[in-house]
Amino acid sequence: MIWLAWRQFRAAALMTAAALGVLAAFLAAGRTSLLDQYERGLALCGQGGTCERFLDRFFDDHQTPFVGVTAVALLLPALVGIFWGAPLVTRELEAGTHLLVWSQSITRTRWLAVKLAFVGAAAAVTGGLGGLLASWWATALDRAAVGFPLMGPLVFAGRGVAPIGYAAFAFALGVTVGLLVRRPLPAMAVTLVLFTAVQIGMPLLVRPHLLAPVHGTFALSPANVDQLMRGPDGAVVVVADGRVPGDPGAWTLSSRIVGPSSLVNVAEPAPGGAVVPVATDTGPCSPRVPVEGPPEQGRDLCLDEANRLGYRQDVTFQPSSRFWALQWYETGIYTVLTLGLVGLCLWLVRRRQF
Amino acid sequence: MTAALQAQDLAKKYGRRWALRDCTLDIPAGRVVGLVGPNGAGKSTLLKLASGQLAPTSGTVTVLGGPPADPAQLSRIGFVAQDTPTYAGLTVADHLRLGARLNPRWDSALARERIDRLGLDPGRKAGRLSGGERAQLALTLGLAKRPELLILDEPVAALDPLARRDFLRGLMEATAEHELSVLLSSHLVSDLERTCDHLIVLTDSRVRLAGEVDELLATHHRLTGPRRDPGRLPADQHVVSARHTDRQSTLIVRTGGPILDPAWSVGRLTMEDLVLAYMEQAAPAPAPVPAARPALAVLR
Repeated sequence: MIWLAWRQFRAAALMTAAALGVLAAFLAAGRTSLLDQYERGLALCGQGGTCERFLDRFFDDHQTPFVGVTAVALLLPALVGIFWGAPLVTRELEAGTHLLVWSQSITRTRWLAVKLAFVGAAAAVTGGLGGLLASWWATALDRAAVGFPLMGPLVFAGRGVAPIGYAAFAFALGVTVGLLVRRPLPAMAVTLVLFTAVQIGMPLLVRPHLLAPVHGTFALSPANVDQLMRGPDGAVVVVADGRVPGDPGAWTLSSRIVGPSSLVNVAEPAPGGAVVPVATDTGPCSPRVPVEGPPEQGRDLCLDEANRLGYRQDVTFQPSSRFWALQWYETGIYTVLTLGLVGLCLWLVRRRQF
Repeated sequence: MTAALQAQDLAKKYGRRWALRDCTLDIPAGRVVGLVGPNGAGKSTLLKLASGQLAPTSGTVTVLGGPPADPAQLSRIGFVAQDTPTYAGLTVADHLRLGARLNPRWDSALARERIDRLGLDPGRKAGRLSGGERAQLALTLGLAKRPELLILDEPVAALDPLARRDFLRGLMEATAEHELSVLLSSHLVSDLERTCDHLIVLTDSRVRLAGEVDELLATHHRLTGPRRDPGRLPADQHVVSARHTDRQSTLIVRTGGPILDPAWSVGRLTMEDLVLAYMEQAAPAPAPVPAARPALAVLR
């Protein structure tokens, strides 16, 4: 039976292996120069204190491949579910060949179990290769990607070991949907819709609660403030950008600016923005104050004043130190879901209703 | 000798539609059984139930003394499904390998010899075979499994007359050689006429007639004579169908005894006449056929 499973899966397996091989070769070739640029850049900027600017530029230069590789790692599990999972049984049902193979001297349960194990293992390996390859290639970029934090929903799901679980789950989902819908194209469509829903639901509803989020209060600084604006009544509006100072890869669940005590009500004219009662016509926040040095320094003076008055950034977040813990948690959850679906598949095929 | 197939009140329902009901059969082993009926009568359903592919909604079916879905029975029952499905992307040789790997009693010499004789190129993909060749490949798989009962669902439906004859001849030879029972369906009586020694007529999801062909032909007669009411025949003569013109009546009756009434001229029936008579009976009658009910009772 393993022979048959392999014989039917051979073409798809070889094609995927070839595609992943080509991708891996490209990434391996590019990775060396990427790491080189990163280390040289960091060494240079360390002397001038301009590392933030270097990281920004470094990431901007490589944003397209970064997004591309992340997208591949994100999409691989879905593709596995659609093109390996959904057709696994429906293609047999469509061609009638299920009746050929089920009339050999092997139970249909065993037939499906072997196919699920064999192709499912290949699916898990494919998903895992996608995630690990992306992690390996993007080590430097993940440290520089401020707009795409490593722990954020988009990047997290395209890194590490969780894609193993995603791919196995997508595959089992495809087979289950196929057994229920029974036709290849509708089964593929339904699989895509359901898998997408689960992948959106996971970071929205489950992942934030897997480990209790960290709560922190941080002084306002260029690391967490996006911009300063002149607000109504001439006061300053400080707009925080939701980053966590000192942990650019963290996943911010909520971020706001709080006043000196809970008694002071902070007006929030814009999302993330807060009115700080500092005059903008005179004093440290006045744009007319002549300042020696670069323009950033005037901004720092203004933030110092806001900090002195007791304004702080209040964040709940998942720190990037939890990356592997959350990765393994999620892999575990998806593995359990996968086993549940496998059980359902075997039960469906045993009922003899085809 | 155990029966090849026994069914007791077997029924299968798809959604709200009965595909088969009240099916009670007892087929002895060693026969070639023809299952005939119009398209949609429930033939495929009965064959899938008999081969263990489907679970019945109610009733029981036993094949070779056990439930067909029993894992121990799988190697004893061969099934060639409708349209003789094969894996389009696999070669002829791959199919034989599949058979060899999935069947403990696989007869690889038989399989290879058949493929050689049919002139099938082992390297050819099944998707590139003609309908007849594909049917032969599927039959080879079914035979080389060395089952005790081989079930074939409309195996010749897609074949041209010559391929049809060759296929049935191949089947007959194999049957004689390996002493297996065969259950074979068709919607054409002519396919079954030369091959079957047992007949089942299935129409409208019910079994109308079942029995040994010789016995059925010996007990059914066509009576032609002056017009008369079929209700006034002797009690042992059951009217299957009746046709009347102004002056003449033509009846098909079933009886164990001789026809003594000299007013009738008695004719023999062919298998086709017999099957058509029972099929007509189930169809919505174009003319009043008062004999329909009693004939049904004969079956019970």
